Amino acid sequence: MNIIVCIKQVPDTTNVRIDPETNTLVRSGVQSIVNPFDMYAIEEAVRLKEKFGGLVTVITMGPIQAEEALREAISLGADEAVLVSDRAFAGSDTWATSYTLSKAVQKIGKFDLVICGKQAIDGDTAQVGPGVAAFLDIPQITFVKKIEEIKDSFIRAERMTEEGYDIIESPLPCLITVVKEINEPRLPSLKGKMRAKKIEIKKLEAKDLDADPDSLGLKGSPTKVVKIFTPPPRKGGQMLEGEAKDISERLVDLLKGDLCL
Amino acid sequence: MSIRVINEKCVGCKLCVKACPFTAIEIVNKKAVINLDKCTLCGACIEPCKFDAIVLTKISPTDIQFPKKFDEYKDVWVFCEQKKGVVQSVAYELLGKGRELADTLGVDLCGVLLGENIREEAQKIIHRGVNKVYLVDSSALKYYQDEPYSKVLIKLINEYKPEIVLCGATSMGRSLIARVAIGIHAGLTADCTGLDIDKKERLLLQTRPAFGGNIMATIICPNHRPQMSTVRHKVMKEAQENKHHKGKIIEKSYDSQTYSSRTKFLDIVEEIEETVNLTEANVIVSGGRGMQSPENFKLLEDLAKALGGAVGASRAAVDSGWKTYSHQVGQTGKTVCPKIYIACGISGQIQHLVGMQSSEIIVAINKDPHAPIFSVATYGIVGNLFEVLPELTKRFK
Repeated sequence: MNIIVCIKQVPDTTNVRIDPETNTLVRSGVQSIVNPFDMYAIEEAVRLKEKFGGLVTVITMGPIQAEEALREAISLGADEAVLVSDRAFAGSDTWATSYTLSKAVQKIGKFDLVICGKQAIDGDTAQVGPGVAAFLDIPQITFVKKIEEIKDSFIRAERMTEEGYDIIESPLPCLITVVKEINEPRLPSLKGKMRAKKIEIKKLEAKDLDADPDSLGLKGSPTKVVKIFTPPPRKGGQMLEGEAKDISERLVDLLKGDLCL
Repeated sequence: MSIRVINEKCVGCKLCVKACPFTAIEIVNKKAVINLDKCTLCGACIEPCKFDAIVLTKISPTDIQFPKKFDEYKDVWVFCEQKKGVVQSVAYELLGKGRELADTLGVDLCGVLLGENIREEAQKIIHRGVNKVYLVDSSALKYYQDEPYSKVLIKLINEYKPEIVLCGATSMGRSLIARVAIGIHAGLTADCTGLDIDKKERLLLQTRPAFGGNIMATIICPNHRPQMSTVRHKVMKEAQENKHHKGKIIEKSYDSQTYSSRTKFLDIVEEIEETVNLTEANVIVSGGRGMQSPENFKLLEDLAKALGGAVGASRAAVDSGWKTYSHQVGQTGKTVCPKIYIACGISGQIQHLVGMQSSEIIVAINKDPHAPIFSVATYGIVGNLFEVLPELTKRFK
């Protein structure tokens, strides 16, 4: 089973703190990490490979330093890595990103399954997975929390919804996006780390993709960002002190007042 | 789109170097130099610069080719999500906002409804003030499936040419609309919390949070139609019901090719452990590490029950196995926006805050007076939650 995993490098917010005075995000010294949801995508792909054989190729589109994210994926068991990087891709919105990634996937060639994390934690759009599926004209199962069965010709999976989950079956090739519940990612092995250091990462630039240049980057992006601003910070309010009984009574009164009950 | 350093203003203080998440800035000869191969134009360096020495031009005049005429595109559409034949409340919220937008533009507000045996629901949508409902009723559309739904919606859009299409940012909406936007080469902005109109250019101004709500971005779609957005649940006000409102139902049907699906829908499994789902709930009582054990979540369930709310959990509680993932609020869980969010024994790490800080009222109960959760709480209680919770439940009953 040949699997392609699409990942993204994002700023690590786990070490981010809030400046107590300005109540804004302190971003200094923020490192880059593999998008957390993509870690589940990598793990699921590696598990499937261990069970059925085949090849796991991990790809990312981003600036040159996104190579680090690919090396991390290799250390976790992926076989090959492709960096899709070109100044021509800068400013891509989800439409242009989906287009570029789908072109890169086609370039890599034969695959049975594409796995993406359900969304990236910096943009939070959850649009690129379905977008890539649409460009490749393959079926999709989004928000997968469990693969119930997968064979040569089909996959049956649980799609997480607001109320529970749907059970969906799809022929292969197919694209799935995964949520946290699907597995528990492993730590990199020593052997994996060694491989990650040595492996040659394949690079794809705009000219390698057989892509329409007008559909790439900012030019190919229907949406444009016109303004970026920091929202007014939420302020801490009133502290209630005293005995549990008194506090509860006051809180109930305050809430009733707020909600005009 | 470009970024540059104004050398006259730059003093080489390195604040931008620290702020850059992509190590794209270096100081060369006491001036900041941006490595454009590494820069993603994210804008993180703009604010930290005390000297306004970095300029990010998101749009240069050559990027927008005004005026491209879209005269044939008009009307505001709301995709009305239904489940088990019932239109979901998020659709009514979008109709509320959609009416405002349509009035500003001087066009019709239309609902789009796909499903099986849903004619009565179409009437309910009309009662929320729409001019038209596009109805496609087929057994193939009974349950949500990506392919038939996206093919039908693409056909409708191509035939009737709306200038704006809104859809709930639900699991269904996010899967569907992303596919549709590709198919018709439209711009799509995810998870909007604010929508407005630039009257002069007839542009939809779409505002959405990024970086977990720490940055807001306003996005436009100048050269493509329709302009499409998914919108967060619970952010917009529902359209009022008016049983006398009159509107037209335009029923369409399509060939079997359009209804066909490569995926098969096998079953719906509802996890009935708690009947209220987190994104729908008006009140959420959430527990974190401070709950100490899964048994103690009973206290939260009691309070939630008394308030008619749902139970949430922090990542720490979910990773400890005290609650299932479907309860997780925060960056790797759900983003919620209830009227009241009660955080119990949750310290309030940034990953949790981004999932709940847009709640209307936040109550925090924690024994640590320095817990970051208090910095966003409307009401903070420093105390023993095992004493406070039962008292609260008693009073709310």
